[in-house]
Amino acid sequence: MNGRSAGLAVKDVAKRFGRFPALKGVSISAEPGEFLALLGPSGSGKTTLLRVIAGLETPDEGSVFMEGSDFLAQTARERRVGMVFQSYALFRHMTVAKNIAFGLSVLPRAKRPSRKEIAARVERLLALVQLDGLGGRYPGQLSGGQQQRVALARALAIEPRVLLLDEPFGALDAKVRKELRFWLRHVHDETGVTTIFVTHDQEEAMDLADRVAVLNQGRIVQVGSPETLHEHPVSAFVFDFLGAANRLPCRLAGDLASFDGFSAPAVIATGAPANTTAWFRPHETELSLEGPGVTVSVVSLVTKGGAVQVECRDGDGNGYEVDCARAARPAGLAVGAQMKLRPRRVFVFPEPAAE
Amino acid sequence: MRASTPEKPKGAAWLVLGAAVLWLALTILLPLITVFVEAFRQGAAAYFAAFQDPDALAAIKLSLQVAAAAVPLNAAFGLSAAWLISKFEFVGKGLLLTLIDLPFSLSPVISGLVWVLLFGASGWFGPLLDKLGIQIIFSYTGILLATILVTFPFVARELIPLMQAQGADEETAAVTLGAGGGDIFWRVTLPNIAWALLYGVLLCNARALGEFGAVSVVSGHIRGLTDTMPLHVEVLYNDYNFVAAFAVASLLAGLALVTLAAKTLLEWRFSGELARSARH
Repeated sequence: MNGRSAGLAVKDVAKRFGRFPALKGVSISAEPGEFLALLGPSGSGKTTLLRVIAGLETPDEGSVFMEGSDFLAQTARERRVGMVFQSYALFRHMTVAKNIAFGLSVLPRAKRPSRKEIAARVERLLALVQLDGLGGRYPGQLSGGQQQRVALARALAIEPRVLLLDEPFGALDAKVRKELRFWLRHVHDETGVTTIFVTHDQEEAMDLADRVAVLNQGRIVQVGSPETLHEHPVSAFVFDFLGAANRLPCRLAGDLASFDGFSAPAVIATGAPANTTAWFRPHETELSLEGPGVTVSVVSLVTKGGAVQVECRDGDGNGYEVDCARAARPAGLAVGAQMKLRPRRVFVFPEPAAE
Repeated sequence: MRASTPEKPKGAAWLVLGAAVLWLALTILLPLITVFVEAFRQGAAAYFAAFQDPDALAAIKLSLQVAAAAVPLNAAFGLSAAWLISKFEFVGKGLLLTLIDLPFSLSPVISGLVWVLLFGASGWFGPLLDKLGIQIIFSYTGILLATILVTFPFVARELIPLMQAQGADEETAAVTLGAGGGDIFWRVTLPNIAWALLYGVLLCNARALGEFGAVSVVSGHIRGLTDTMPLHVEVLYNDYNFVAAFAVASLLAGLALVTLAAKTLLEWRFSGELARSARH
């Protein structure tokens, strides 16, 4: 057992709901102060894992240790985890200040801080989440982003041993999401609380977390820093999930993937077969009028900031995405043009493409 | 969500509106006015004299005693059922929901008759109760049971939709913040449903005091003993004592008006509350 470690240690946790296996033996640990993201599509088990850590679900198998103590032997109430929900779950009939103070006000009298202390702590938390002066408002009088910040302050008020966030920005619009993302990272760095964050948005996970665990169908398929995941994905699923992806059939020859009349350097995951699928990113793909490559016709062109996003289609109807810098726009690029497409670098994996 | 401002009625709309108002006046307002007019036909003295009658006082007292027990019991039951149904997933939930609705679709006479069939002299448990010297039918207990059955859905039906809409998120959050069951109920769940609960209790109370059919079957109509207010109204009317009959009836009608006023007040207050949570 990995029970002695200082942070959080989840080992071989399995959980079924009826006949549906939500978690099939998941192990992961978080160091004290770490910011960990659980990333996966819906149904991958990420929220179940979070709820097991919080004590809201009981696993069928496995262990969860926190700072060396057995978490599964404690109720949700005793664990002192701060939890933030996608729906905010603020107490609608209480003011913002009462919401934040709730966790302190339900402590047994012997442990409960004095009224003055609670009020002071609420003030500090309001300042931390940049809602100074709004303590007297009701949740219904705040915007979604403000409500979620209140929810975070409420969770932080109990000085949680670990902070759990379940798709916290899922109900907010894109601009607010982005603002809150950077702000959450700031709050984490300020408080230093170990944080586990569930999301299905890979950009959010990559932007925020020290480490990202990618889940699929109840298993963790890869854990690593955002850079590791980008540079050394272990499977086509991870590669595909982390961003737009193109694919072409290829043959491996040494470090090269060879195609019809051209080849490209390949990052080869162990166990990749000789005849396989090459995966590559839109920004590592080139288009030109002449030269070797797959013949494609340009379907659409979208200019976004400094980049041009190109959508094209080959003779068999397979689609490809290409991103090129506006400054380096290939000659002859236009909707309907016939062009040659080549990957600059590809990834190959041991398994067939995940759907 | 607020509906767009309705237009001012014109033409055909006025006709429909007029017909509706006339219909309401004929079917609801007119009978209501009749009750008070008849009650005061021989003046205020005769009206108040009707309440000097010991049988009338006994009927009022019995009705209040029945409501005093039936309403809290059904409030407690309704709250537990609504809580179970809205905060948990379990087998048989659909069945429980149907059972709660059953008294609404059941004729009140049946709601009374079942108790006679169970506890009456020739009922299932009749001989056993007789041996033990316990009387349920033709007594307070029987009237209470019949009233409870009839008024059983009012509180639960008021709370279930509201609590289902609210979900269990706030309670879950409270658990993670370290709150125990008592704190969660008193400080999170109850404040969120207080107005709906009060509204359900009011409706339940009005029905408990006013129920005629079910109570009539089990009461046995013993004057001064097992006659409730609605039963006493019938007795007086059959005795051609119209002023007294309408005087007692006016109490029930007055209760209905108070309930209506309180309901309007609550709905007004309550809609603000709902609007606030909808903006969530």
